[in-house]
Amino acid sequence: MLVAKPGLDGHDRGAKVIARALRDAGMEVIYTGLRQTPEMIVNAALQEDVRVIGLSILSGAHNAIVPRVMELLREKDMTDVIVIVGGIVPDEDTEALKRQGVAAVFQPGSSLEAIVEFIRKSVGGTQVHSFD
Amino acid sequence: MAVAEKQFTTLSGVPIAPYYGPEQLPGFDPARDLAQPGEFPYTRGIHETMYRGRLWTMRQFSGFATPEETNLRYRYLLEQGQTGLSVAFDLPTLMGYDADHALSEGEVGKCGASISSLEDMEALFRGIPLGQVTVSMTINSPANVLWAMYLAVAEQQGVDWKALSGTLQNDILKEYIAQKEYIYPPRPSMRLVTDTIEFGALHTPRFNPISISGYHIREAGSTAVQELAFTLRDGIEYVEWALARGMQVDEFAPRLSFFFNAHNDFFEEIAKYRAARKMWAYAMRDRFGAKDERSLKLRFHSQTAGCSLTWQQPYNNLVRTAIQALAAVLGGTQSLHTNSLDEAYALPSEKAVTMALRTQQILASESGVTNTPDPLGGSYFVERLTLDMEEAAGDYFRRIDEMGGMIAAIEKGFPQSEIANASYAYQRAVESKDKIVVGVNAFQSEGEPLELLHIDHTAEEHQAKKLAALRARRDNGPVRKTLSALERAAEGADNTMPFILDAVRAYATLGEICDALRDVFGSYQETAHI
Repeated sequence: MLVAKPGLDGHDRGAKVIARALRDAGMEVIYTGLRQTPEMIVNAALQEDVRVIGLSILSGAHNAIVPRVMELLREKDMTDVIVIVGGIVPDEDTEALKRQGVAAVFQPGSSLEAIVEFIRKSVGGTQVHSFD
Repeated sequence: MAVAEKQFTTLSGVPIAPYYGPEQLPGFDPARDLAQPGEFPYTRGIHETMYRGRLWTMRQFSGFATPEETNLRYRYLLEQGQTGLSVAFDLPTLMGYDADHALSEGEVGKCGASISSLEDMEALFRGIPLGQVTVSMTINSPANVLWAMYLAVAEQQGVDWKALSGTLQNDILKEYIAQKEYIYPPRPSMRLVTDTIEFGALHTPRFNPISISGYHIREAGSTAVQELAFTLRDGIEYVEWALARGMQVDEFAPRLSFFFNAHNDFFEEIAKYRAARKMWAYAMRDRFGAKDERSLKLRFHSQTAGCSLTWQQPYNNLVRTAIQALAAVLGGTQSLHTNSLDEAYALPSEKAVTMALRTQQILASESGVTNTPDPLGGSYFVERLTLDMEEAAGDYFRRIDEMGGMIAAIEKGFPQSEIANASYAYQRAVESKDKIVVGVNAFQSEGEPLELLHIDHTAEEHQAKKLAALRARRDNGPVRKTLSALERAAEGADNTMPFILDAVRAYATLGEICDALRDVFGSYQETAHI
């Protein structure tokens, strides 16, 4: 699982909490750090051979960033990688992102358990222990 | 669960006793620990009369899209009785990139106003007399450039710099610790901050060149004690750098200002503000030998906690904000921003920001809490919390001093990991319902839709077009000349502010000026830890 923080925003509280929760749930988690371009994120996902990319975006730039990530994944034949987005994404944009292939959008207030559960179900069969 | 078994703690996890009485305050000496309002160590407030003499400044942080659109919002807020302005800049501006830079794509005007050149700053303050209104600017790594633009607009308006009153956030240490909007590495950044403090002491005696900020530390997930400790320790670091520059403490310390969060735990927050004043007064007097009373007085702005606002049932945020604002007022704040109920979603709509301002006006005009300074002074509970807060923050001071100061601590990742641990512990407590968030993990219901402010991509196109026209129109000779003079100054030891002013007056852009400094200082990348 790759947790990535694209764009210029530096508010990484959410990304770090999620990364730690996923790790505590038994997943192997790589956190990219700040200010990653879509190219850097997709390259990291390729090199680390991850099954899931989690994008944390709070700045409102999701409509510029997410489509570019999805496009790069298609170009590199990585459409089996599951992309989830967390952050401040209004309902109308959520639907648009899902149409582009984003598996789920987690808005503020989402529980850690729901996120862990979703990832576990999506990757299917992977052994991860439950988040207590 | 029986009352006897249940653990009662503050929001930050500090245990609370079953009740508080004189036995919790052994050796407490009101004359020494409290004194009168306006007297050392200022626990009860920095003014004798507090709000009887003068209310806090109602200052709503605001900015979005183009400078022209933000200018209209400012005029509206001033018409509604707001008493100061507070500028929010967008992410490209905060990171020192022009609106037409590749990395600015999708971000222009989204989180604040887009400012790439003096031309934009002129538009931002068109028709607003800078000699009559106090202006706070939330800008950090490129603060020197935006401040130079502001000073240049004041020149154009014919306003004497000595009459300008306002605040530059300019607190780079909390960027490395919490908000992460940095450009250059810590040491050259500290040199630039010291340049502004020195320049301000000489040229803008009524302007605060820095607002040492705990707000963002708290928003990143710290406890109240960590917010207090890291903020004041940052303050000490700035004082040490200014002294090392050769300034006398009383030349600059009166203009150091602070900025704290106003979070949910009412009494813990009030104790935090009281402890902050007391600790700063002692540090300035005993550690640095300050003599001027103004150097000892901690003046602060406060803002209600953005991270406490919920996406679910957003109208509840109005209530949260009112309680938080009351804590800031009872804690003796000098100015206040109240968040709008829709800010978990977006920058506030005009309707929402008006309700937030009205909240302050109700506190000031109707609640009666302004009638006497520090009305909670002498409460066994509040005094105990204040002393505990001071003691716990003092422990952090000692640990950071042992590491060799705040920059060494930041380079070790110490404050960052303390905050990340606290933030994770809090999230786990919400997950297990040890901490209740109404509408989120308890009392859930379907929410009502809000009418939100939308910022479309036209701001980005508008700003890019203006920049292209500016680059074509301006005389590029002086731009090149002033930028290379700035680079030489940055390589040497001169104060960079006069050189930045020259570049700004020649209409060099924010990106061009920051690039010149990036060439000299390099860019900073932190090592990411989970």
